[in-house]
Amino acid sequence: MVGAIRRLGALFINGVWQLGFITRFFWLILVYSGQSFTRIHLTLRELYFSGVMSLLIILVSGLFVGLVLGLQGYETLQRYGASDSLGTLVALSLVRELGPVVAGLLFASRAGSAVTAEIGLMKVTEQLKAMDMMAVSPIARVVAPRFWGGVISMPLLAALFSAMGVFGGWLIGVVAIGVDDGAFWSQMQSAVDFRYDVLNGVIKSCVFGVAVALIAVFEGYDCVPTAEGVSRAITRTVVSSALAILALDFVMTSFMFRG
Amino acid sequence: MSEPLVRLENVRFAYGQRTILRDISLSIPRGQVVAIMGGSGSGKTTLLRLIGGQEKAVGGRVTVDGQDVAGLGREALYALRRRMGMLFQFGALFTDMTVFDNVAFPLREHTDLPPELINDLVMMKLHAVGLRGAARLMPGELSGGMARRVALARTIALDPMLLMYDEPFTGLDPISLGVIGQLIRRLNDALGASSVIVTHDIQESLQIVDYIYFISEGRVAAEGTPEAIRNSTDPFVHQFVHAEADGPVPFHYPAGDYATALVGGSS
Amino acid sequence: MSRTTLDLWVGVFVAMGIAALLFLALKVGSISGSDIQAPYTLSARFDNIGGLKARAPVKVAGVLVGRVTEIRYDNERFQAEVVFSVDGRYKFPTDTFANILTSGLLGEQYVGLDPGGEDKLLAPGDVIKKTQSAVVLEKLISQFMFNKAAEGDTAPAK
Repeated sequence: MVGAIRRLGALFINGVWQLGFITRFFWLILVYSGQSFTRIHLTLRELYFSGVMSLLIILVSGLFVGLVLGLQGYETLQRYGASDSLGTLVALSLVRELGPVVAGLLFASRAGSAVTAEIGLMKVTEQLKAMDMMAVSPIARVVAPRFWGGVISMPLLAALFSAMGVFGGWLIGVVAIGVDDGAFWSQMQSAVDFRYDVLNGVIKSCVFGVAVALIAVFEGYDCVPTAEGVSRAITRTVVSSALAILALDFVMTSFMFRG
Repeated sequence: MSEPLVRLENVRFAYGQRTILRDISLSIPRGQVVAIMGGSGSGKTTLLRLIGGQEKAVGGRVTVDGQDVAGLGREALYALRRRMGMLFQFGALFTDMTVFDNVAFPLREHTDLPPELINDLVMMKLHAVGLRGAARLMPGELSGGMARRVALARTIALDPMLLMYDEPFTGLDPISLGVIGQLIRRLNDALGASSVIVTHDIQESLQIVDYIYFISEGRVAAEGTPEAIRNSTDPFVHQFVHAEADGPVPFHYPAGDYATALVGGSS
Repeated sequence: MSRTTLDLWVGVFVAMGIAALLFLALKVGSISGSDIQAPYTLSARFDNIGGLKARAPVKVAGVLVGRVTEIRYDNERFQAEVVFSVDGRYKFPTDTFANILTSGLLGEQYVGLDPGGEDKLLAPGDVIKKTQSAVVLEKLISQFMFNKAAEGDTAPAK
């Protein structure tokens, strides 16, 4: 009994420590971010690796999610004779929730894990220490550009995911099933509000971008410098990112879409 | 004789509860190559990290070129490190850059030189380690010895005043080992720098260094010029120099006593 | 990978992302939907607002002219007070009628305005006096049942 309570206490203290570390780390990244923008090619390179390299999986997944939404949505809506609202259903689900969340999860497992692996490996092979000894701050040179690359990529990827999903829903609904094209778009447009729905979705994806990028660079930088340590860090990146995305999504949704 | 470049006075260091260095005092004179030796886990690498300011001593003072390393702020420390070069155990080359870009890295980070001049400087450094032809290769395509030489070229890119080598001989074939050894000596003299080598490769070191410190149990166990070390009667040094697995276990137990004890025990 | 190809790809990526954002803003959502120009507020009191919510549309003859901004309960009149902002381009006479309507049978509820014939126009901040409350389905059904029952009572007597 006492043992269990003690373990709980240890878990709690550990969590607080970890939170403190990651906050301090976040602060350091912000302080050392100057170079990421004055020497923009450092960040562009990371945009390539986290953004462009995730493009394919995001586009394909977005299309499939849209197709499925189109099919399932039509099945359900036509029971109530509301198949004209298919566009509304597809667009609202994507723009508010699925776009940011699913794109965030995919981004964490595609780009986040790669960033963790890269930084972890640089730590194992003492590249970070070597850089530090060459009077070049690894946070400014390695961590911050990767962080900003992720933060910038994420909303763009989420928008592409949603757009692709709407296109998928349109393919199924209008082209395959034969919902009226005009009704599809006009119903969608009258129901989806730019500020309330689209902008809130974009805000969500930006927050997810910060969370995933921060977790990815932190786990890489903080990993135990062995092969096993790196592989554990990668797992932690994917798991913590997924949890962070879902938890943040809940919190933000309850603030944004209440009433 | 001028003030030595690096001076450690009564340095004590511990990771939490675990004491690594108890009381170390040593100095690295300008222009000389000094070896620091000791068994695995004796805290040799920690010494380099103390000199480079990556760790702070718990007690005592570490001064480099007259500056107290532990007391420096980030800016001053980075300014000092620009005049230091450290070669890591396995080179620590940046795996996502070519050999050329690796050597150019410190130049590009710390100078505003035009690309042509950087090109010339990098080629000179690579030429010095005999790898001008490998400039376009990626680090993954190099052998261990070549990678170490590229790292050496990168270390000397900014013409440092102090060169630090962390186990430069580990995992090299005899030829590469000889090459690295000769390079360390030649570069030190050509640059007018001072060098510290942390190693346990006694034979190679004896040929190239000016002075040797032995570290054991967190203290300087023995020191001297290579000549003195070779002829040392200190049993610990003797065992280390001749790599006697079966010799006198650390210096507390002189061989004589041990033999007598054995004889005494059998009679 | 050379610097130029990398730049090209990143450029393509960013352009695609921005295009997707524009698509979401203009084609999927309606940036014009929330584009109410020079809005002024009006309010109306209802006995029952049914399921009306903030941000519900305000329509005249089916045209969207504004949105509900606030719903509160007036503790003195025991009525619901609905505040809405209306596009400044549209003016309404003082005898305008405000209804709470439902789009379709199960659709969302909105405020429908029926302009009257007065010459005087409603000024910003004015209260619309003529209102009709939301149709509450339960009441409707119970009324219907009650009528049926009443008919049933009287029928045999005839």
